[in-house]
Amino acid sequence: MTIRLDKLGVVIAAIVAYAAFLAPFATFRANRIVPGQARSILEALPSTLGMLLLAIVIAAAIVALLRTPLVLRLIAGVVALVALSVLIGVAGGFLTPAGNTFARVSPASGFWLLIFAFTLLLADVLTRLNLSPGARVGVLVLAALAIAALLVSGRWDSLSILKEYASRADSFWAEASKHVTLALGSLAGAVIVGIPLGILCHRVEKLRAGVLNVLNIIQTIPSIALFGLLIAPLGWVAVHVPGAAAVGIRGIGTAPAFVALFLYSLLPVVANTVVGLAGVPRAANDAARGMGMTDRQRLFDVEFPLAFPVILTGIRIVLVQNIGLATIAALIGGGGFGVFVFQGVGQTAMDLVLLGALPTVALAFAAAIILDAVIEMTATKRRVETA
Amino acid sequence: MKAWLPALLRMAVLLLLAVFIISPNWFEPLLKPLTENGAPAIYNQGSLLTLTLQHLRIVLMATVAATIVAVALAILVTRPAGAEFLPLSRSLVNIGQTFPPVAVLALAVPAVGFGEKPTLIALFLYGLLPIFENALTALTTLPGNVMEAARGAGMTGWQRLMKVELPLSAPVILGGIRLSVVISLATATIGSTVAAKTLGEVIIAGLISNNLAFVLQGGLIVAALAVLIYDGLSAIERYAARRMGQGAE
Repeated sequence: MTIRLDKLGVVIAAIVAYAAFLAPFATFRANRIVPGQARSILEALPSTLGMLLLAIVIAAAIVALLRTPLVLRLIAGVVALVALSVLIGVAGGFLTPAGNTFARVSPASGFWLLIFAFTLLLADVLTRLNLSPGARVGVLVLAALAIAALLVSGRWDSLSILKEYASRADSFWAEASKHVTLALGSLAGAVIVGIPLGILCHRVEKLRAGVLNVLNIIQTIPSIALFGLLIAPLGWVAVHVPGAAAVGIRGIGTAPAFVALFLYSLLPVVANTVVGLAGVPRAANDAARGMGMTDRQRLFDVEFPLAFPVILTGIRIVLVQNIGLATIAALIGGGGFGVFVFQGVGQTAMDLVLLGALPTVALAFAAAIILDAVIEMTATKRRVETA
Repeated sequence: MKAWLPALLRMAVLLLLAVFIISPNWFEPLLKPLTENGAPAIYNQGSLLTLTLQHLRIVLMATVAATIVAVALAILVTRPAGAEFLPLSRSLVNIGQTFPPVAVLALAVPAVGFGEKPTLIALFLYGLLPIFENALTALTTLPGNVMEAARGAGMTGWQRLMKVELPLSAPVILGGIRLSVVISLATATIGSTVAAKTLGEVIIAGLISNNLAFVLQGGLIVAALAVLIYDGLSAIERYAARRMGQGAE
């Protein structure tokens, strides 16, 4: 019998071997900003649990390395990830001396590499399973529930990032809601303005090149500069337009961040509306005209529904982009998760950086998966209807 | 007259940018009204010229590295030996693009410390994605009849790659590089929050001391650089597309 190796499995097994035996699993620090000391898996966990984790990780790596059935690979990936997630919490409790409130334990490079390796394995399995859009959202919800369960159960409370959270729980949720408001609000604004503008550009050819060029140039201005540049005009508006200051328009803070995100969002929305409308089959339009539909009916009943998946793609780009860019709003006092990122960078407290960065990445990731699923569903629904 | 107007505009922007970077003090009266309490109107904690060159150097280094790695990876997964990685690499690129640049930058700090290094890493990783995606699209959508002809002419795999596939893919790959450069120019400004020497320093100094003149000059220089480079690379792309007989747009 010949043993056949899986090519991706070789990569995964190599990462796992390095991460499990050579890289540190957790970092222990006497307080939140001093340099840490590395701890391997066996040092970071009670000996039986340490052995158990090593066994699980090695077994899963072997499953990945050989050509095994997809179900087995799926199980191996999930078991390894769950074991890692639960045991990093145990390591936190084990490494922290009893009663010591200054000591910090954080996951180290070995842990992150192991997570990366097994996520890679799972991503490969999920790609090969070719899940339906609904099932993909289901997997996302399951993963979110698992993480939420771990967070609520308090198993991770001994980790440094959650200690950072514990000392600023209130401001965390305030910044979270600001972040989401900024990202979604500017998206809503862009949709309300961008879709009609796109329709206009589609109908009036003379406008098209000009509008798209201007939006293209805005897109190339670096975010931090655009945020900064808007401080002046908005500050002027706040001082000179009566009532503007009362509704919260000010030079710094949320207003310039909102306007900047809105401006960045316009290009994908407008451009995709134009592309979507241009892609409506001539035959469909001719048929609609032949049926005696007015221009308005044609737009709402024929063109717009057919162009919808393309417009949604634009909205997906905008949402993911906005969730990321909203972090920069913190630099001009606009709030959002960026507050923790930049505070953490300033204090060289990396766990605080993670407290801001991880939710941002998670939000962007979830938004991408959900919108991708919605786009696929509307596109297939259309194909079924027209077939 | 329409044809030369954009070219003239570009030349004017370029000239203005060059003059501003080399002797910013000439523009002091223009920027003075934006400052308060006699604050300096022109960035005075370093030369704008040096910062601009450092900014461009970081972007150039990251882009060159990203281009080499991304194109090599794209070639790898489109060969029979690497075909197994193709679906996974597509989903990885999709996932990777959801990572915000700031997060990549901030997460690189614990690994390598402050300064130029985390910025380079973030620019490199973030720059990889658009180039890889475009290279992949280009290499997987080559016209079948051309590939067939190359095979029929007795070209080896290597010859096909160098003489047919890569030249035909060049315009689309260049498009990816252009996107990557523009993203990098912007992300490099954020690099100043982790102590990299870039033009972001000017903007952040302005934000901290509430000096609009600083914000404006830093922002305008980066914006002008981005627009000019974007334009220049688009021109090269159109040239490459014409040479490949694909007639732009």
